[in-house]
Parts: sequence; structure tokens; C-alpha cells
Amino acid sequence: MNSMPRDRTVLLFAAARDRVGEPSVAVPLAPEATVGDLRAALCETFPSLRALGGSLLIAIDEHYVSDADVIPEDAEIACFPPVSGG
Amino acid sequence: MPTEIPFADVTDEPLDVNRLLESVRTPDAGAVVVFLGTVRKTTHGRETDSLTYEAYRSMAVKELRRVLEGISREWPICRIAAEHRVGDLQLGDIAVAIAASGPHRDETFTAGRAAIDRIKESVPIWKREHWADGEIEWVDPTGGVLNDSAAQQAKSSEVPT
Repeated sequence: MNSMPRDRTVLLFAAARDRVGEPSVAVPLAPEATVGDLRAALCETFPSLRALGGSLLIAIDEHYVSDADVIPEDAEIACFPPVSGG
Repeated sequence: MPTEIPFADVTDEPLDVNRLLESVRTPDAGAVVVFLGTVRKTTHGRETDSLTYEAYRSMAVKELRRVLEGISREWPICRIAAEHRVGDLQLGDIAVAIAASGPHRDETFTAGRAAIDRIKESVPIWKREHWADGEIEWVDPTGGVLNDSAAQQAKSSEVPT
């Protein structure tokens, strides 16, 4: 059983992208990592995201998710601030 | 009869309101409602120069359709369509357009109102203000900290999870 973390691509948008300075980043995650694990890893790796902290939204395969959800193997992962369209 | 959703788009082009309106017209409808979200000049006494809208486009299109499908399940309307524009918008430009039709005005007005409320809550699109005084900042609907200016941080409050 391979339980080594591997790099997952996380798309960033709007103020999250501006704070980090890149439209996407690589975040090492263990297999079966949850959205909550990702949130913690992002804030750990990118201190500029910490101020957004709990308000950061995470989408997996273009759906909103809860922190308890497990991130599937080949999912598209996106992270962004509260939305402000309309 | 299932509700038709003729448009659920995100576009770089100026919105064609007539096309959107015509797309929801049907002999089954006695009421047609159009909502336009436009770029406003003044916000809390501060003047806007222009706005930029950015989208997570592939998800925004899907979420927009999900919002409209949800509306159509809740109210007995005939058709509902919406388009959101992204890019640089000037004062008075139309950022979002919603058109809805139904047999009667009660549910049609309500559906149109619910549509803009829910689009603003969930569609992954972000607005950036280019203020007339030169500052540029992302709009933060939660009132927390989105920009790095000291003024913003000074007035930041607990950000809800």
C-alpha cells in the first residue's frame, strides 16, 4: 500500500491567486486526504492564504465540498475566496 | 412540463439582453421578468472608475445552470435564462442578465429575485473594484480581509467558515 504523499495541483482564483502569485500550485497530499487536510496544507505552505483561512472555498471537480470529504485520485481541485459575482 | 433553460453562460462579450429575453418568451407565459445587474458609480460614498470580473469559468457555467435548475424545481415557471459577463466593465455596463417567464407574475418575479440572489451566493465569479481614487481591490462579501492594505486589515473582523 502506497501511503506516500504526492503533489496535487490546486487551481487558485482571484485574491487567493494574487496573494500566492501563481494561478496554480502543487500541494503534497496523502492518499485519502480530506478537503480539511488540503485547507491546512495550503495555509501551512502559503502563509499569505492564512488570513483568508476558514473563509477559503474549495471545489472538487467543479462542485463545492465539505472539509470532511475525501479528495478523489484525479480530481480537479480549486481554491478561492468567497465569491462576489452578480 | 419541465422548465427550459435556454442560456446559462459566462461570456467576455457585451450581453445581448434582447436575445436572452426572446429566449424565454413562450405562449405558456403570461409574465416575463428581466433583471440586469449593472456597474454602479458610487458605493458607500466612494466612486468607481471601472470593474473587472473574473471567473472560474468551467465551474461558473455549471454552477449557473445548477442555480437555474434549482429555481425551476421550486417555482412553476416556464423558462429561465441567465448570462454573466467577465472582463473589464465600465459604469453602466451590464454584468449579469436574467430573464424568466411563467404563467403568472407572482412566481415569475419571485424566481427572478431568487436567481440573482443565488447567483451572487454561489457562482465562482469575483468582482474587482477600480476606485476613482486609484485603489484597486477585490470585493469581499464577508467583510473580512481580502486585500493587503493596512486599512482593510484594521477593520477586518472574524471571517466566517
